[in-house]
Amino acid sequence: MIKIQRLEMKDICKSFQGIHANKDINVEVNSGEILGLLGENGAGKTTLMNILYGIYQPDSGSILINGKPVRIANPLESINLGIGMVHQHFMLIQNHSVIENIALGYKDTPFLFPRKILRQKIKSFSSQFDFQIDLDQKVWQLSAGEQQRVEIIKTLLNGADLLILDEPTSVLTAREIKELIDILRRMKADGHSVIFISHKLNEIMEICDHVTVLRKGRIVGGAQTKDTDKLGLARMMVGKDVALTMDREKLPKGDRVLSVRNIHVTGDKGVAAVKNVSFELYKNEIFGVAGVAGNGQRELAEAITGIRPIDSGKVRINGRDITNLSPRQIYDYGISHVPEERIRFGIAPGLFLYDNAILKQHHLKKFSKWYFLNYERIKLHTKSIITEFRVATHAINNQIRNLSGGNIQKLILGREISEQPQLLVASHPTYGLDVGATRFLRRHLLELCRQGSAVLLFSEDLDEIFELCDRVAVIFAGEFMGILDTDDERINDIGMMMAGSKRMNSDPVEAGLTT
Amino acid sequence: MEEIIISTIQRTMVAGTPLLLATTGEIICERAGILNLGVEGVMAIGAVTAFIVTMTTGQPWLGVPAAMAAGFAVSLIHAVASVTLQANQVVSGLALTMLGLGLSGMMGKPYVGRPLAVKMDDVAIPFLSDLPWIGKALFHQSPFLYLAIVLALTAWFFLERTRMGIQIRSTGENPKATENQGVNVALIRYACVLVGGIFSALAGAHLSISYSSSWVEGMTAGRGWIAIALTIFALWNPARAIFASFIFGGIFVLQYLLQPLGISPNFLAMLPYLSTLIILLAISFKDPRRLNAPARLGAVYKRGER
Amino acid sequence: MIRIITSDRYNITPLRSFMTNIAALGAGILAISLIFLAAGVNPLYAVCQIFIESFGSIYGIKETITKAIPLILIGAGLTLAFRAKFWNIGAEGQLLMGAVFATWTAQHLGPALPPALIVPLIFTAGFIGGALWGIIPAILKIKYAINEVITTLMLNYICAEFLTMLIVGPWKGKTRFGFPGTDPLPDSAILGVLPGSRIHYVTLILAIICSVGLCVLIYKTRFGYEARVVGENPDAGKYAGIDFLKTSLILMAVSGGLAGLAGVGEVAGIHHYLGYPASVSSGYGFTAIIVAWLAKLNPLFAIASGLFFAGIIVGGDAIQISLGLPAATVEIVNGILLIFLIMGDYFLYNKIQICRSRA
Repeated sequence: MIKIQRLEMKDICKSFQGIHANKDINVEVNSGEILGLLGENGAGKTTLMNILYGIYQPDSGSILINGKPVRIANPLESINLGIGMVHQHFMLIQNHSVIENIALGYKDTPFLFPRKILRQKIKSFSSQFDFQIDLDQKVWQLSAGEQQRVEIIKTLLNGADLLILDEPTSVLTAREIKELIDILRRMKADGHSVIFISHKLNEIMEICDHVTVLRKGRIVGGAQTKDTDKLGLARMMVGKDVALTMDREKLPKGDRVLSVRNIHVTGDKGVAAVKNVSFELYKNEIFGVAGVAGNGQRELAEAITGIRPIDSGKVRINGRDITNLSPRQIYDYGISHVPEERIRFGIAPGLFLYDNAILKQHHLKKFSKWYFLNYERIKLHTKSIITEFRVATHAINNQIRNLSGGNIQKLILGREISEQPQLLVASHPTYGLDVGATRFLRRHLLELCRQGSAVLLFSEDLDEIFELCDRVAVIFAGEFMGILDTDDERINDIGMMMAGSKRMNSDPVEAGLTT
Repeated sequence: MEEIIISTIQRTMVAGTPLLLATTGEIICERAGILNLGVEGVMAIGAVTAFIVTMTTGQPWLGVPAAMAAGFAVSLIHAVASVTLQANQVVSGLALTMLGLGLSGMMGKPYVGRPLAVKMDDVAIPFLSDLPWIGKALFHQSPFLYLAIVLALTAWFFLERTRMGIQIRSTGENPKATENQGVNVALIRYACVLVGGIFSALAGAHLSISYSSSWVEGMTAGRGWIAIALTIFALWNPARAIFASFIFGGIFVLQYLLQPLGISPNFLAMLPYLSTLIILLAISFKDPRRLNAPARLGAVYKRGER
Repeated sequence: MIRIITSDRYNITPLRSFMTNIAALGAGILAISLIFLAAGVNPLYAVCQIFIESFGSIYGIKETITKAIPLILIGAGLTLAFRAKFWNIGAEGQLLMGAVFATWTAQHLGPALPPALIVPLIFTAGFIGGALWGIIPAILKIKYAINEVITTLMLNYICAEFLTMLIVGPWKGKTRFGFPGTDPLPDSAILGVLPGSRIHYVTLILAIICSVGLCVLIYKTRFGYEARVVGENPDAGKYAGIDFLKTSLILMAVSGGLAGLAGVGEVAGIHHYLGYPASVSSGYGFTAIIVAWLAKLNPLFAIASGLFFAGIIVGGDAIQISLGLPAATVEIVNGILLIFLIMGDYFLYNKIQICRSRA
């Protein structure tokens, strides 16, 4: 019944543009086992799995199933071998219904009337694993957890014996994570094997039987989870002892910079994405917004920076009403913005580095004389960002698309910070960066704050929030579940708040505002 | 009066036929995510090929497959450019239009002013054509009309009710995810561009060997462009395209009806183009999510891009 | 087994870009030769003849420059629009509208005013006409999200019918013996030409100034920067607070306005009256699309590529008569060259390696 008793990947190498994404990787997983692939963002976990799934071809190395070498030229071959993959960014057609998505991925979909015939098969199947999904809903109407279940159904229908899950928990609530773990345990008992990719130590320890740790494209360690502990894994993952905290001097509370009152914002799906959110932000303060991805963080950031209209409520900066002003006007009032999808929003890929270095600032006096741009100054400015933020590039008249993601990110951060904003709205500023760059950027944020700016930090990484923030708000389904000081003892319940099952507030004034 | 109404309906059907054929083809193509602005050119090629073959063989039925082959051949250019070579689809389509109009002019030059001895006969459908009023208007018509309606309904069924239809629509919505399910996106896109081209060529063939029986340079007169607009009007649904095409057929006929009333013929000639603008404007007030446009229409897709 | 490996090419040098264009044009001419062969014409002779007729004699060069004037003007304007990914296919209509406005101005104000006043006036009128016709699709695109390819094209047809309506109706000239067309423009509105040629130098100078000016506009000004950002990534444009409506309105006003200027040149410099649309412009609005593309969307290069395609028109017209080819010849040449140019881009942006694979 189970076709894959043992899967091995031997000496896998793969490089992109001369940079090793994978170097001499060896992994093995057996039937009924859950293997954890642990590593930071950019460690090469996803590349390795894309090779296994036939999306990339390895430069060298081999894949063996039950001891026999196989060649996987494309995803279809991989599916036929019994491998299924759930990508971090779901491979679903958003505008199509659940059943259409399943029909697309199922290899035995009948040619005529695929929906009608598949429906029965899926019904019986999903009761086995306890999936509850309306097959006629459009995918965009589903929650992230439901979308993931659709992905899992797809792989199981195709007879996947080995399931690859790429960062499956990053978009899930605590309850959904529990449900996912249940499903995985059931599959394990059935003899399926699972490769579970994550950078979160807790999950790896809870779910996996053994774990392989990757750093910068190489294997740096591996262990049975029962023989190791979190600290040991963390050490392997970053390659040195991690100081989990950063020295943060307590700054006196300054003047009020930002005040958000009862704002409501509509999301892309036409439903309310931010509901009745209120908070205030002071000089010298870093204010964190924690929460599972997709709970309104992006819409809130876009509403404050003027990209998305605010339905009702007020946003004020230094007492001035900036509600629904244009992004440029809001920028001119001193609000910088590091957007969530940087490559999509933050750069014009075909333009030069120095063009991109002034994306939101080209209209400022220092960069333009009358209607003309002052390229001499712009180039100087670009060079100073590049040196200060260690952007690796050979020239400033290089198209920015030639830079790696991390370097683009540093340039954008440099650009947004360099103008010494009143308020910096930063969404996941260190996502995807290596440890060194992350520490470097965090120090910059603290420094910015010390110099008198306020920072509104959106992050899914609680460590980051605790390391940097003075206060944290937890957002769930578009609502603030509460605002707490990071040294508040009740902060341990933050997980409950992120799952939407608990509300709390630090002081009665703000409690009055949020209700 | 009765005769006027019957002839109006009849002419509406005739004028709508090429629009329906071309629109259906463009819908298939755009559903797979490829914008083909070359319809006008492919139509012209189809028209001239059908005309030449019919003229030389005396067999209109040979003109049709010849036009289809020609439509296939010129559309291949757009398929290669937009799928394999990842070229800008707007520019590639425009190039195809220029080439098609030019090539048709060159091929057709010796045939200008020589009407066909035999053109494609209208076909009366037994029994139905005997019905009063609508019998003559709807069921005693060019085979192209029946073909257009059958093809549009088939295309609708194919896109909505078959596995490959799901694959085609998924390709236009999210090629990356579709490729990931083991579907060959490039193959699907090639097929859809080529089928779209064949349909456009059929539209052209209708113009030269059924609608009229002579070849005039530029006889497509912007119908290819109107078909592209009708694709939007039909919300990328071939069944709705039937309705949309015959409305526009009606607008073409309106020109002849209003001319005797002393309205400037040039103003009347503007009507189809003006109506296109007005209809697009009306459509734009619809909720974009219900507009149903393929999400990745016109976007270059590179396989295995990081 | 032989594998073909493609990968992105970084660091594209201007020289490589230029050489790719030349190679693409070469391959295109080869393909055209095949078509000539199929049409029963000696391809080598025909291709050589195109260039000899256009660039091989003083007369040919004069004609080429004359035809290059509208191509440079429109092509330069299109580079700006295309850079912002605004697909203006309506230059033909914008040209005609410019011609209509200029004709009206010349007919009404010309008799009373000296050339020094009326010439700037008709150019201004032409610019306004083209610009107005150009901003309609801009509004429709930004305010109502209507595809500009369709709207600009429909406006071409509408404008052509409108112009015809004028010349067979209210504007029909008394001196035309019943044929459609306006009376000749007053002498003061007729543009001077270089002796012994049809080169209306005022428009030529204007075209060159516009190309240079647009180059400055695109690369050196805030507006040009915004247009480039919008074209490269509209989401980034939104994030950067760029006003799409304003940007689109300006760029379409400029793009349409330059086409309008070309229309003024054709009416006041060449024909001296307003006739049928097909006689006012021989498809310059469409040819200019290829001019812009060959110029790699740089308005300065539009001068060279405008001259090249003017040569194709002049040479094509000549061999069409001498070899008995149809009028559509030039269109075929244009279409094929454009196809090869965009195909060439693939080889510019991608590295293709052919190697033997191990397996």
